Amino acid sequence: MDYFIELFCSGLTRGSIYALIALGYTMVYGIIGLINFAHGEIYMIGAFTSFIVATVLSIYGFPLAAIVVVAGVAAAIWSSAYGYTVEKIAYKPLRHAPRLAPLISAIGMSILLQNYVLLAQTSDFLPFPELIPEFSFVEPIAHIIGSSDIVILLTTTVVMLALTFLIKFTRIGKAMRATAQDRTMALLVGINVDRVISATFIIGSALAAIGGLLIASHIGQINFAIGFIAGIKAFTAAVLGGIGSIPGAVLGSLILGLTESFATGYISSDYEDVFAFSLLVLILIFKPSGLLGKAETKKV
Amino acid sequence: MKLTMRTNSLVTAAAVALVTMLPIAGFAGDTIKIGVAGAHSGDLASYGLPTVNAAKLVADELNAKGGVNGKKVELLIEDDVCKPEVATNSATKLVSQGVDAVIGHICSGATKSALPIYKAAGIILISPSATNPELTQSGDYPNFFRTIASDDMQAKAEVDYALNVLGVKKIAVIHDKGDYGKGLAEFAKGFIEKSGKGEVVLFEGVTPGAVDYSAIVQKIRQSKADAVIFGGYHPEASKIVSMMRKKRMDTIFLSDDGVKDDTFIKVAGKDAEGVYASGPKDNSKNPVAQAAIAAHKKAYNSDPGAFYESAYSAALAILNAIEKADSTEITAVTKALRTEKVETPVGNIHFDERGDAVGVGFAMYQVKNGQYVEVK
Repeated sequence: MDYFIELFCSGLTRGSIYALIALGYTMVYGIIGLINFAHGEIYMIGAFTSFIVATVLSIYGFPLAAIVVVAGVAAAIWSSAYGYTVEKIAYKPLRHAPRLAPLISAIGMSILLQNYVLLAQTSDFLPFPELIPEFSFVEPIAHIIGSSDIVILLTTTVVMLALTFLIKFTRIGKAMRATAQDRTMALLVGINVDRVISATFIIGSALAAIGGLLIASHIGQINFAIGFIAGIKAFTAAVLGGIGSIPGAVLGSLILGLTESFATGYISSDYEDVFAFSLLVLILIFKPSGLLGKAETKKV
Repeated sequence: MKLTMRTNSLVTAAAVALVTMLPIAGFAGDTIKIGVAGAHSGDLASYGLPTVNAAKLVADELNAKGGVNGKKVELLIEDDVCKPEVATNSATKLVSQGVDAVIGHICSGATKSALPIYKAAGIILISPSATNPELTQSGDYPNFFRTIASDDMQAKAEVDYALNVLGVKKIAVIHDKGDYGKGLAEFAKGFIEKSGKGEVVLFEGVTPGAVDYSAIVQKIRQSKADAVIFGGYHPEASKIVSMMRKKRMDTIFLSDDGVKDDTFIKVAGKDAEGVYASGPKDNSKNPVAQAAIAAHKKAYNSDPGAFYESAYSAALAILNAIEKADSTEITAVTKALRTEKVETPVGNIHFDERGDAVGVGFAMYQVKNGQYVEVK
């Protein structure tokens, strides 16, 4: 039973990690129907930015709490700037092009950003400082769940609730939903669609940056390629949960994380990807729009 | 196609050059002919050329002292471009030129394809770099020797250390699913099972680059392993070690020379303390190695390249054996290689029944105060 709980917690952490990245994928897809493959790289840039800021601040001897907040804010702003720019450069000119064009453009952006960081920073692995301290109240259960796991879990929950609130109850959220439903109609009723799309990219990128900080601190190392696998897994999770749906992204991520964890624990980690992707295939066979996704109806 | 043509004409040119040299060599009287075969052009030339330099330096030094048993050492150099199909040609050519022994080949594949030709001709082959375990372990090639440890020696060093020095019983063997890591892990598993002293409680591969290894770490805990032997590189090793320490596990962690890297210590930080890793023995304090490197710098005005030390050792070992045997006849030389110890850059070595150098191999290192320190 203990073993089950341990694996369950591992799965939850892993799922929450995916969720923090998957939310960005699903938001962008929900609004403009584009799979933003550069999103994993935005996450990586967030991790690097917080690494640089945290390193500088710790040299000046700032307290840990201040470092976390400043590094988090800096990473969110910097990554948002990247997300915003990527959209303006690579996706906006292609907004009326066939669907495949922005997709290829996204893959190009992903490769470009990876290599840019490789050249500008380093190809080596860098040690990421432990920004989340070991809380003393976690000590008795530290062998099951650590403080960074708890922080990641809480952050994911809070972020998911806040996003749901934003989309359901605020003005920009309403505009987002309108744009998602029918872009032309939204334009006609006076919604600044370009601004809504930019806002979506900014929010998604900021989330990825926060994820970058938390996850890098949990794992303890970063390099220029971390965005790739994390991005692919988060994308899978978003599709599993129903791409375009915010609770779906979180649910899909948790299911993916738990599946991988239990597959490792009870069968073999050699097969964790096999189980994760078999599950994806199964769900898509029976529910092609994902767990919580709405079936897409062709507008005529 | 063009490329092949060019390599072929190169080989032909080399062959012509050697053939025209041959009569002169023949007239020069009795010499000891040592073939040097390996990749001397192409992608892998940097692996083969240092061996040529090493052989030349050793031959020059011995010739200056009057040669071996009163005979001058003559080198016959053959390029095999590291390709098995070319290596058979090189071998045939060397055999037809009547070499007494061959230093080489460089790549395991090329060595394997050339070996039967040398065996049929009764010629000893001593390689500075072919690490494929099969070459010696299959027992098919009594004429094969090498001055480098085979791939499985590293796994053996780790397993021996874990079982005999650390005295652990239950071992989890983890690898990164790659050729290098998985290969090592499989050897380690085999050695543990064969020893009868320990038990492999877990054998699994992890996906490199995965965001989180806590599930596999929980599984290691569940397996009640006393030690983990990891085959792979430092990024995964540091993630697994850090996660184990985070989960308050003090399980011993042993790994390979993919982890014996300063980046590992830098990234894993305090979690790296106490981690064991195997790595090649440090020869830098060996006076023979120092002299060999100094000789290279003097002759070529550059640092020696890959496998230079083991090639220098191979040349010394084979010529020493010929001298001690006072003959170039294969059984006498083989016996001398096995019994006569010789001082070389890789240590004081002789060869075992299978042809592996005794005294060459891997040492265990442990991270102490942020540095790898050799442990006995």
